[in-house]
This record gives sequence, structure tokens and C-alpha cells, in this order.
Amino acid sequence: MKTEFPAQYVDCERRIASRRLSRLAAFVIVCGMVLQYSAELFAESTRSTIDHVLPRMVKIFGSGKGFKGFYAYSTGFLVSPEGHIATVWSYVLDSDQVTVVLNDGRRFSASVVGAEPPLDLAVIKIDSEGLQLPYFDLNEVEEADLGTRVLAFSNMFKVATGDEPVSVMHGVIAARTNLSARRGRFQTPYTGPVYILDAVTNNPGAGGGVIASRSGNLLAMIGKELKNTDSNTWLNYAVPITELRVSIDQIITGIFDTPESEDQEMSIAEEMYRPEMWGMVLVPDVVFRTPAYIDAVRPGTPAETAGLRPDDLILFVNDKLVSSCRAFREAINRQEEGDTMKVVVRRGDQLIAVEFFVPSPEER
Amino acid sequence: MKIQDLIFFLAAAVAVLEPLRVFAVDPAVKEAETKRVELLSSIAPSVVAVFGQTGQGGGSGVLISADGYALSNFHVTSSVGDFMLCGLNDGNLYDAVIVGIDPTGDVALIKLLGRDDFPHAVLGDSDAVQVGDWVYVIGNPFLLATDFHPTVTYGIVSGVHRYQYPAGTFLEYADCLQVDASINPGNSGGPLFNANGELIGINGRASFEKRGRVNIGAGYAISINQIKHFMDHLRSGRIVDHATLGAVVSSRSDGAVVVSNIMEESEAFRRGLLEGDEIVSFAGRSIRSVNQFKNILGIYPKGWKLPLVYRRDEEKHEIYVRLRALHQEAELLSQGGNAPPQPMPEPDPEEKPEQEQDGQGPKKGEPRRPQIPIPAHGAAAAKVPEKYRHLLVKKSGFANYYFNQLEQTRILGWLDSLGNYANAEGTWNLTGRTDRDQAFDLTMAPQGVGLELGEQVFVQTLDDVQFNDEPPDTGGFLIALHQLKQMLVRHEEGFAELYYLGSEPLDGFGPQVDVLATTFEGLESFWYFRKSDGRFVGFNSSLDEQTDDCEVRFLSWENWQGRQFPKDFQVRTAARDFAVFHVEKFAIAPPIAPAD
Repeated sequence: MKTEFPAQYVDCERRIASRRLSRLAAFVIVCGMVLQYSAELFAESTRSTIDHVLPRMVKIFGSGKGFKGFYAYSTGFLVSPEGHIATVWSYVLDSDQVTVVLNDGRRFSASVVGAEPPLDLAVIKIDSEGLQLPYFDLNEVEEADLGTRVLAFSNMFKVATGDEPVSVMHGVIAARTNLSARRGRFQTPYTGPVYILDAVTNNPGAGGGVIASRSGNLLAMIGKELKNTDSNTWLNYAVPITELRVSIDQIITGIFDTPESEDQEMSIAEEMYRPEMWGMVLVPDVVFRTPAYIDAVRPGTPAETAGLRPDDLILFVNDKLVSSCRAFREAINRQEEGDTMKVVVRRGDQLIAVEFFVPSPEER
Repeated sequence: MKIQDLIFFLAAAVAVLEPLRVFAVDPAVKEAETKRVELLSSIAPSVVAVFGQTGQGGGSGVLISADGYALSNFHVTSSVGDFMLCGLNDGNLYDAVIVGIDPTGDVALIKLLGRDDFPHAVLGDSDAVQVGDWVYVIGNPFLLATDFHPTVTYGIVSGVHRYQYPAGTFLEYADCLQVDASINPGNSGGPLFNANGELIGINGRASFEKRGRVNIGAGYAISINQIKHFMDHLRSGRIVDHATLGAVVSSRSDGAVVVSNIMEESEAFRRGLLEGDEIVSFAGRSIRSVNQFKNILGIYPKGWKLPLVYRRDEEKHEIYVRLRALHQEAELLSQGGNAPPQPMPEPDPEEKPEQEQDGQGPKKGEPRRPQIPIPAHGAAAAKVPEKYRHLLVKKSGFANYYFNQLEQTRILGWLDSLGNYANAEGTWNLTGRTDRDQAFDLTMAPQGVGLELGEQVFVQTLDDVQFNDEPPDTGGFLIALHQLKQMLVRHEEGFAELYYLGSEPLDGFGPQVDVLATTFEGLESFWYFRKSDGRFVGFNSSLDEQTDDCEVRFLSWENWQGRQFPKDFQVRTAARDFAVFHVEKFAIAPPIAPAD
């Protein structure tokens, strides 16, 4: 804060300023006491942060065992009361048998709900119905300033097994920058903001771990082991949760209404028509070529009238093959107001053709 | 006060305090810093830089007593020879000699020489350590400290009760502390201090990976509580061994830890433990994973007796079992040699599957994994300071037998205080009644031992080395008594071998006792002396490894014509009482001259 007073006003007040010095000193002392008190709270908060975070961390075991340089384990954190777990998208999840071990040693089989490869993000789920597992509320995450003292939690080196809690490290956010890194010879897809840390946080198995502020706020997810493109040194970085939150939410809810990632060419402005306008709800578009299955048909809509059903696979629009959800969205946006759109779906081993009227985009 | 004054005052306060708030150092921070500096200057003098006699090798250590005992890693001392040079932060180099080694636990005890007022660390309680606690690693990483002022690194505890797989069958880090303070080559053997400056561990290992042999934020320290269990064993100058239960445990699908295999020669089996039994607790700690079981097993020496609770058919049973040796003697002796002087890399955890560990080393029939290479002793062992040459006595099974002799002398001194038994080689006669109200008459002659108990008579002759379980189901009480006589009359002369073993809690729950071990005509016995006052509290004698010991415990003593001898003593075996003997008369006849 800057204070600007006319010079003459300050001059005339100088006489009485000295009398106020003692009061000023008292004020400073009070400020000091407040600061000291907050420092004590701070020390106490480290333990309570650890107690808060550890029960929300999980150890993930999957594929990769037996291959040199590959580790069959990683880290994750609970993000919903239903047992959703956010983690890094990696080969560890590329297995029929992904095992999640909770902080207290309970073991679960997990299934992959969805992934966002451009963010190196995946969401997996365990069946924890009725268990009331603790989780991170992603609406409460914060962004952190440079110099913030943080704690890192991860299953690095698989030091922890069974009911052993994951490893905890301390550090400081040293920088916030955009990621420029590679894995092997390949440039990483994610080039967005990351926190750079002064501790060796990115070890084997640490991916999917979290960075929390010392006061207990969830800040970021530890990424895979990567090397800096320019210096060829190993990076210690984490992706802010604020960058991941929307995608995590979309994967959990299955509603992908705001395509954000860069490789999805369609902008919102171009997307005049949406499948929902005819009452078709497609399956979550989780991979690059998600087949265009109908997930649900809304009652009282043209799709229902036409007799479409959940699990129908959309194959053709106006006799042109559509190989994915995205291709279908692109195809319907090539329609003109007043057209008749011919859609062919596969149901079992039958092909069924239906027709839709294309209304003006405003008539949704 | 005019309203303008007030406004001015507040504005001025804000103008002054705003930059202050940004740049001023929080007094709590200053205070913490001052405290930290004071603490470090108080503990740094106890930190040791360890080198070989020719200045080769190098690692760290920490003094734990004023007379110079210091802890380090086995993998540090093994590479620098039996005599070493130790630098302290007073700038001086001191001669030091090896005392005892624990190759499995990667611990070595050494003794710095030339002073009796060494600065030394205070031992803390590593079980009280919590994740998030601040810790200091002090030592000589990269051998930077040419003036022996140690390097300090600072961090937090990342994990407690961690289990780190052994390299081969040695250098297992069980129940260890994981820290993010930097541990680098050269830090090995150095101290881990808590925020109060108490010694909570010995740093010795780190996770190394593709980034090279430098810290990557995961270092491991042997917990000081483990070392406390081994401390007297190390002071004995022996090459000490860790233990196995004699049973293999594994995780059941419901998470329970169950016995999947058990050796019939093990004491656990004799006490009733069977395949399929669920381990509920061990050494007083509940068991929820195989790692946890291995953690507990890994911190106790061979021969300790520990409580074990198991569940079978919903019923819990508590037993006390004596732990068996983890290694065969020959394997252990091979560890007297050299090993690399750097923090040992954590073995690749992928090498061993997660749930298939037994904690007992390789199973029968499986090939042993490669051992640590042991290069021959180099020039290190050649140079011995003349002044201290007598402080090293080589003997098989010992790192330095000199220190065992010291402890033997201490304990045999306690025996001498029982009175003059030197001329008591003649026939001993004890009469009295047992707690089952049977009269007994016990005769211990040079030719044999005889016991009349009620209507029955039992005899053990001493003409040959055929020793029997007499009376039956006592574990060989009569031959045990003969050894007691040998011990009281002839001390070490009465045995083929006598050495100081270390200390243990008597019977797994009693007071800590110093233990002497003896061999008499192939029979092993252990003699117990209460650490607090040196009182002789009993002994165990065994006929062979497969049978239970005969356990004799002295309940009270009496002075019989100038000699102390037990008035009441209890005899038991296999966790069953045989009898308590109340001695009413104890007489020693003079030796009978040979008939011819």
C-alpha cells in the first residue's frame, strides 16, 4: 500500500508525531505477537496437514512389472465420495488388474473411468459404496505463490506397502512456469502451467501423488518422471489441480460439454448442433476415438420417437462413416437448417436407419 | 485527539508496518534459528568422520559414551580395517578400534581411544518418532569435511517402520526411519538426530536410481531402538546375528498374516504353532502385514525370547518363543571382510514379489541370492598402532575378542562375590523338600549326579559324554546342575568355551540380564545376571538343539558357611514347571583322595 499526503500536511504534523511513537511501538509489539502466534499455528499445522492428507492417498499397483525401467506402481488420491481416484495416465493402468491399496491397507480392484491424455490425467474408481472414505473436495483447491512451503505425498519407490502410509517430503514452490519436457525422445503432450519444486518429488511411482500447502490445502498433482527439454535434467514438478479440476469432474460425471483440450479442433462457436438437441446422449468421450455409442435416449425427443435406444452404435450420417463421438459431432455440425439428416445405427447385428429434421440452431 | 490525527496515525502505522511485514523476520523464526544453531553446536562434537589407517575409505559415525564407544555402519568399518582413524570437530584425529559388528543390521560398534571424556550423543526413542518430525542428518558426505567439521542436512521424517529388503541375506533395514534430509555417500554410519538433538538412528542407506548415487529424497536410518537391542551384543566384540522364528508367514486373501510353513525343529513348533495359524501379535505389536512381521523380527538378536499371540479356530493362544539364528555360522564369519564404503543402494523392490516374503531368508531348496562381494583385506589391516596393538584380539566368531574378555571379567567378578568356591571340588549334598512336598536328596559328586525324589532315584554319570534327560522331561536337570557346579567352582576353566553373549530380557518378560554362554562337552548353556545389580538369577542348559532347555531360576539365596548358594530354585522346561526346590541343607565334602 502506498500513502500519499501533501508535504505541508506531514510537516505540520511532525511535532506531534514523536508523542505517538510510544503508541506506535505498542502497535508493533501487538503485530509481533500476532505473527508469533501464527508461526506456532504453522508448526502445528504440519502434523495436522499430514493427518488430513494421508488417509486421502492411495497406492496403485498395475502392469509394468518385469520390464526394465518400468515400475508397476504409482500413486493416486481420492476425489469423490463414490471412490473416484485421480492419478497420472500411464501404462500402470493398462492392465486388467489394477489394485488400489488404501492408507489403512484395505485393498480394492479398480477400473479406469476415463483419461485425459493431453493432461496425463486418469480417473479410476473403486467400489467403496457405504465406506464413507475421506476425499479431497476439488472445489476447495488453491493456487500457490512462489515460495509457498509445501509437503509432497507419494508412493515413491513403493517404500510403503499394505497399511504403511505413503512417503512425505518437504519443499518450497520454486517456480511456476509452462512445462517443456520430454519422456525419452518424445515431447510431452502437456505444455500447460506447472509448479517447479526444490525437493526431489518426481521419483519412480510418485506420479499421481499430491502437493499440499503446509496449511493443508491441496495444490497440485505430482507428474510422471520427465526431463527438461532444454537442460536434459530431471524435473521436479506438479500440475496445479486448477488445471485438472474440470477434466476430473467431466470424467466423473461423464458430461463433456466444454471441450478444452487443444487437439479437439471444434470450438464452442462452431458447435451449433449437439446430439442432445435430438435427445441423444453419447457415452463419455474419453479417448481419441471413442465409438459413438448412445448412452441414453431422453424421453419425448425425436430420438425416442425414431426408436433409438441406449447402446445403439452410430455408424453413418448421411451415408458417411462416423468412427467416433467426435466425428459424429463434426458430422451433425455440417448440417444446414431444414435438412433431413439420415442416421444409421447398429443394434446387435442389425443396421437400423432413422431420419431427423434439422431445425434452426436457436430452436433447441 | 482530532479525527485527522487518528487518520494520520493509522495511515502512518500502515505505511511503516507494511514494508516491515514484508521484510521483517518473524521473531519466532529468529528464535527457532538461534535454537537450531545452539543445538547443532551442542551435538556436532559427537559426530565422527571415519577413515582407514592410511586415510582411505571414509564414512561417518557417532559417539555414544564418554569412554569412546561409537556407532557406525558395518559397511563403513568393514572397508577400513580393524584399526581406523576418527576425526572429530575439535580438529583432532583419534585412533579407534573395532568392537563388534552386526552385518545383517549394518551396524558396527567401534571405540575411539585416548580420552575418557569424549563428547557423546544422548540416545532417543525411535518409536516415538512421527512422520513430519524435523530431523538433522550430520556426517561427512562426499568426504567434504577436511577439518572434520561435519556437514548438516535438514529434513523431515517421510515414513516410520519402513522395511527395506536385504542385499543378499545381509544389510536388511527392518523397522527403519525414512527421511527426506539428504543422505549421500559418506553419510553412512552417521547420526540422525531429532529436533531435540537426541540420537534416533544411524543413516546408512538411500534409494538410488537413474539419477546416480546421490540423494533423491529417500534415505533410510537404522532405528536406535533396534540398536539398543543389540548394544550389549555389540559390546561383546562378537559378530552378532539376527533371528528367524523358524516359520514362514504370508498374507491370506483377507489380509490376515498366517503361518504358511514351519520348521519342526523350531521352538515355535514345540510351543504349538502350526501351519495355518494366524499371527495376531508379535513382541507386543499387532501384526497386519507380512512387512510388519518382518519389521519386528528384524530388530531382535538371535536367541531373544519374545511373546507371540496366534489364533486358531477363533481361539487365541499366547506363547513365548526363543528366536533361532538367521544365518549359519560359516555365512556370518564370511562377513568379517570388506564391503563398499558407501550408502548401500536399496535393492530393486521389483525383484521380489510383494506378498511372498517370509522374512526368513531363502526357503529350503531355493538357491541363496548372491552375497556381497568380499575382497581380501587390503593394506588397511596391515598398519596397527603399536600403542594399541593389545586392544585387538582376533578369534573366530568375534570382530574383536579383547572386548569380550573385558565383559567376561566384569561378570565373573560378580560370581566371585558369591564366596570362595575354588576349593569346593568335592561332593555337594543338597537336601530339602519340593513344592509338591516331596523330600529330595541331591548328590553332586565328581563321578556323577544323583537325585532321590520321593520314592524315585535318578542318576547321571560323568564317566562318558552320554548325557540324558534325567529326570525325564526336565531337559536334563542333573547334567545342568553339574554345569552349575563347574561354573561356581572353576569358572571358565570348567568349560570348553565361555564368552559374554550380550543382554536380553529374562525369559522374554523379565528384567534385562547379562548373558554368559558356555560349552561343556558339547552342551550349550546360558547364564543370566541381572544388569541392574549383577545378581545371578539362573541359567538354561540344553541337551541338543531339538529339545527344550532345562531352565533353572534362583528365587532366593542363603549364606551357607561363607558361600552364597540358592535356598529356593525353580526348575522348568518346555514352558512347564517341574518343581521348586527348597534347600534345607547344603554341604560340601572335601575332595576324596584317589583310592590308590
